[in-house]
Amino acid sequence: MQAARPMDAQIPAPASAPRAYALTRLSLSNYRSYVGIALECDARPVVLAGENGAGKTNVLEAISWLSPGRGLRGVPFVEACREEPGAAPAAWAVAATLLGPDGAFEAGTGISANSEGETPRRLVRINHAPASGPSALTEIFSVLWLTPAMDRLFIEGASGRRKFLDRIAMGFEPGHAQACAAYERATRERLRLLRDGRGDPRWLDGLEAEMARHGAAMIRNRLHAVMRLMSAMEEETSGFPAAIIALAGEAETLFAADPASACEAIAARLARSRRLDEAAGRTLFGPHRADLDVRHARRNREAASCSTGEQKALLISLILAAARAQSGRAVPVLLLDEVAAHLDETRRMALFDAITALGAQAWMTGTDMTMFEPMDSRAQKFRVGNGAIIPH
Amino acid sequence: MTANSAGPEIERLISLLARLPGLGPRSARRVALVLMKRKEALLDPLVSAMQDVGRVIRTCSVCGHVDTSDPCTICTDARRDPATICVVEDIGDVWALERAGVFRGRYHVLGGLLSALDGRGPETLGLPRLIARLGDGKVTEIILALAATVDGQATAFYISGELAALGVKVTRLGQGLPFGGELGWLDDGTLTAAFRARQSVG
Repeated sequence: MQAARPMDAQIPAPASAPRAYALTRLSLSNYRSYVGIALECDARPVVLAGENGAGKTNVLEAISWLSPGRGLRGVPFVEACREEPGAAPAAWAVAATLLGPDGAFEAGTGISANSEGETPRRLVRINHAPASGPSALTEIFSVLWLTPAMDRLFIEGASGRRKFLDRIAMGFEPGHAQACAAYERATRERLRLLRDGRGDPRWLDGLEAEMARHGAAMIRNRLHAVMRLMSAMEEETSGFPAAIIALAGEAETLFAADPASACEAIAARLARSRRLDEAAGRTLFGPHRADLDVRHARRNREAASCSTGEQKALLISLILAAARAQSGRAVPVLLLDEVAAHLDETRRMALFDAITALGAQAWMTGTDMTMFEPMDSRAQKFRVGNGAIIPH
Repeated sequence: MTANSAGPEIERLISLLARLPGLGPRSARRVALVLMKRKEALLDPLVSAMQDVGRVIRTCSVCGHVDTSDPCTICTDARRDPATICVVEDIGDVWALERAGVFRGRYHVLGGLLSALDGRGPETLGLPRLIARLGDGKVTEIILALAATVDGQATAFYISGELAALGVKVTRLGQGLPFGGELGWLDDGTLTAAFRARQSVG
């Protein structure tokens, strides 16, 4: 796949090309609590302050749609429409000017106009032309987020941790989203065949070969991400605890044993488990069953058994390490929802300093503007309320 | 416009147009409107062109291509190489390859790819028809020109398996560096495929 080109593709990127992604313009229409707003900013961190329910998280969520997947709230895109009592939901759209190492891009995403009988689709436009799909956005933009809903990441099921790692892996390898989508498609096809009892062995062989090919790519990308995170973690100086992370799972073990023949081994293992998968009605083996093990390095304890505060600090460590590890290309935009409020003053300062050191455009929300005073002129501050966003 | 603001004939036209690729209910109304407004210039010629095509189109019983004769123009063209058969998903792919002018053999049109989710099984690929064409021993190579998607590759895998025992050479299109492609812009998957498919120069 050929990546999108910046608007000035003929001109090579100057030596001073930004080493961090940033939004310089954001406009929302019919987006949740917003009828229509436009926000202009520079590449510095952004503080959004306002009361509970003012619409701060909605802004972060809108930015998160500039990446593949289900956004920061993890909901289907059709649910992001503005709801007005008594009226049909209008089509939402998010548009932004994005700066990155390859120049400036105009990107937009939203829901297709929904006339009767049409299934709504998520549209993506880059430089005013339709893009093949949301995964095209990974070529021009990278974003990571931390939300209060992720506070239970280490305690709840593995799927949240996989998604967390996949989001980071996408930052290193833009093709990761496509590999995951292709793997999922082949997995669904195979499961349908098994469920229907039509199990033509040759057809299953073909689908398992595809699952193995894309699955091996997924594992390779994830292991690569874990490795990059670990080496960025060693450079940890920001006052947050270092974490030791590892990718665990049967397919991952198989891959690690011999990466060169992993495709064949995964396909053979899938072929052997046809009967079991058919009986279970789901696929029991594969990278979709992987887990991310996280340990508190200094305490040598599983993250799940650390205190709530330590878990939060570990999460921030991981996000900062991911951002640092991506800085070779460009530091991703960070969406930190209600993060400052959960930290004591020392750690809050450490977080602000880490963001400054990274040069990241971090979008931070909070109910209290005074909490961000130490950021001073290092950040641009906005007040959120009544469906508007006003510079502070 | 609500459902009963036009006569039933017009509504029927709109609902048929809406089933065409690229058109939805809204754009179908726009098309219908243009057709009605420009009856002599567009609607009448379109009606007669569609009737003509509808009268003469045949699906080729040899290759599955759609043409005005059976066997089709390509299958009966004596100048084409009878030793190679190119397997494609759809008629549009035949047109694309013919436009490129790169292939001078004959085709086998599958009419779709294997897809469990869409209920398309191996029986829809017309493989017995393809295998029958290998009977006289004239065909020496089958080229699988299928999409590099999950369904395309699974179908290619299936067909190559079916043909394996028949002693005919089976090839597939190369995957890798696109024209005008710079290495730094390629994703890992494409780059790996291009690297594996490298060729000696000179």
